[in-house]
Amino acid sequence: MTELSLRSITKRFGRMTAVEDVTLDIPDGTFVCLLGPSGCGKTTLLRLLAGLEVPSQGQVIVAGEDQTNVPSEEREFGMVFQSLALFPHLSVAENIAYPLTIRGRPKADVRARVEELLDLVQLSGLGDRRVHQLSGGQRQRVAIARGLTIDPKVFLLDEPLSALDANLREHMQVELRQLQQRLGVTTIVVTHDQKEALTMADMVIVMNEGRVQQIGSPMEIYRDPANAFVAGFIGTSNLLPCTLNDDRSIEVFGHRFEADAEDRIKGDPGSGLMLSVRPEDVRTEAQGTGPTAKVIFIRDLGESIQFVLDRDGHEITALYAPSARPDIRLDDEVGVSFAPGKRVVFPA
Amino acid sequence: MSGLRQKPTPGWLPFLPAAWLVVFFLVPFAIMLTVSVAHRVQGGFYEPGFEFDSYMRFFSVFFGRILLTSVLISVGAAVICVLLAFPFTLGLARMNKRGQTLVLVILLSVLSLSEVIIGFSLSTLLSKTAGIGNLFAALGVTEESRAYTPSLFALMAGMCYLALPYSVLVLYPPVSRLDPELGEAARMMGASPFQAFRTITVPMLRKPMMGALILVFVFTLGIYLLPQVLGQPQHWTLSVHITDQAIFQSNLPFAAAMAVFLLLVSLAMVGLSLLLGRDKGGGA
Repeated sequence: MTELSLRSITKRFGRMTAVEDVTLDIPDGTFVCLLGPSGCGKTTLLRLLAGLEVPSQGQVIVAGEDQTNVPSEEREFGMVFQSLALFPHLSVAENIAYPLTIRGRPKADVRARVEELLDLVQLSGLGDRRVHQLSGGQRQRVAIARGLTIDPKVFLLDEPLSALDANLREHMQVELRQLQQRLGVTTIVVTHDQKEALTMADMVIVMNEGRVQQIGSPMEIYRDPANAFVAGFIGTSNLLPCTLNDDRSIEVFGHRFEADAEDRIKGDPGSGLMLSVRPEDVRTEAQGTGPTAKVIFIRDLGESIQFVLDRDGHEITALYAPSARPDIRLDDEVGVSFAPGKRVVFPA
Repeated sequence: MSGLRQKPTPGWLPFLPAAWLVVFFLVPFAIMLTVSVAHRVQGGFYEPGFEFDSYMRFFSVFFGRILLTSVLISVGAAVICVLLAFPFTLGLARMNKRGQTLVLVILLSVLSLSEVIIGFSLSTLLSKTAGIGNLFAALGVTEESRAYTPSLFALMAGMCYLALPYSVLVLYPPVSRLDPELGEAARMMGASPFQAFRTITVPMLRKPMMGALILVFVFTLGIYLLPQVLGQPQHWTLSVHITDQAIFQSNLPFAAAMAVFLLLVSLAMVGLSLLLGRDKGGGA
């Protein structure tokens, strides 16, 4: 059982705070994505877990034991670096064998384990190659295999797929997910690609400016963003100023929308609030229904049609399936409505 | 604006460096070869001829010892330089950019000092009357001041002082390009800091280290002033003897023959070290 806990972890570099007061629990066997824009502290958090950085404050607890000051080489974690960090002077097999040879394991055992791992990442027969003779995707697999050589307690990956082209990346996402499910190893992947995080993870941790913004399943993060940052960072969201009436109806641009039981309302009446609605949940209506807005941009995206509306300088994006395309043109004045149950309100 | 068409690169351009090599390297080398087989006039100069008398003089114990001394001193200087430069460069690469620039500028400024200045500075610094011997005596480390020059130690100090900047400059680019994540990866996989250094850092820098060794070896092989200033007569290298024969004994044929021989020896040493330093797997 390798559950992982961080207890109010803070990491400062000089006067810069990279990670601030992070507390979280990761259950055994979970696939976790650390998601955030560049410079949000996600890589630092991963390095703190790996023992490559020592926290300024707080504790790292692995399987119930405080490992805050245990050096990386004693943690028995596997890690895939952003640069992959494959050793160019060693062959593929020697790279994968490195964790075992450094521990002085018998040669026959090492060879057997390397064969097993090469088979696992579908690189059988390529053990004698040099790293530079492999393609990008093959190197990726070598790095993954090398991280799994010792059956790590925790498997850490820092932006592992960022160097691959789009097709290969999607393929590797699925493969990595399948591998993790087969092995059941607690896995933490750092990524800035929200699509990657949503497709792979059991649990997404959204970070910004060194702080955890939200922890939840991909569905929770997408459907119920905790704040304006998460709403804006995950997918596209329309963020509009709104107020909440005492009967919990939502008022946007002077128009009242009756609250639905499924709407997520995290704010109090009378305070400055923000309404978040996904573009696919915005509908245009005949003028007079809902607040009025002007069509300023129409774009055919193939799988959908995008309408951009303007109301008092606020842009509202609506997304329609081509079959359901409404008959509106540029510069038309239309009414706007938001699908009941899909509205999220949080403090601005 | 049709007149803006670019003129093609003139066809004779590649021959320019070749001509340069012929005029400034091949011709002097040919002259040296001719002189080395010329006939020496005892007490005079030399007259044209074709004889191997000068080369025959190599086959003596005396000459063998000189050759051995030259090679050993240069190999020693090369090994010491790289042993010093390697950790130094690793440390340098870990400094911040401003610190790195500062250290590199200081190193480069050392290169502007001539062999003469370094030689005489060291011989003063290591002398009995004005040197560090006085400091040791004053501190009570030694009973009384003594001279540390001329000696093998003084000679090595001078040669390393002269060659160290070159070895750092050869090692610096590959060391600074070394991905720190490689070391971290080794640590994650269970290697102690020393094991990571031994299994990753050193093997990856084997080629640049070989390059620095060759450079210092060839460079110090040609030094002829320092052995005379800082060394004892038994430390006189082949280069010193060439100077001695050419300038003081007026035996140009013999000096030329020794120069040809020195060239062959250094070529052989470089070839040998390249052979030894070759990557077994043929990798990057």
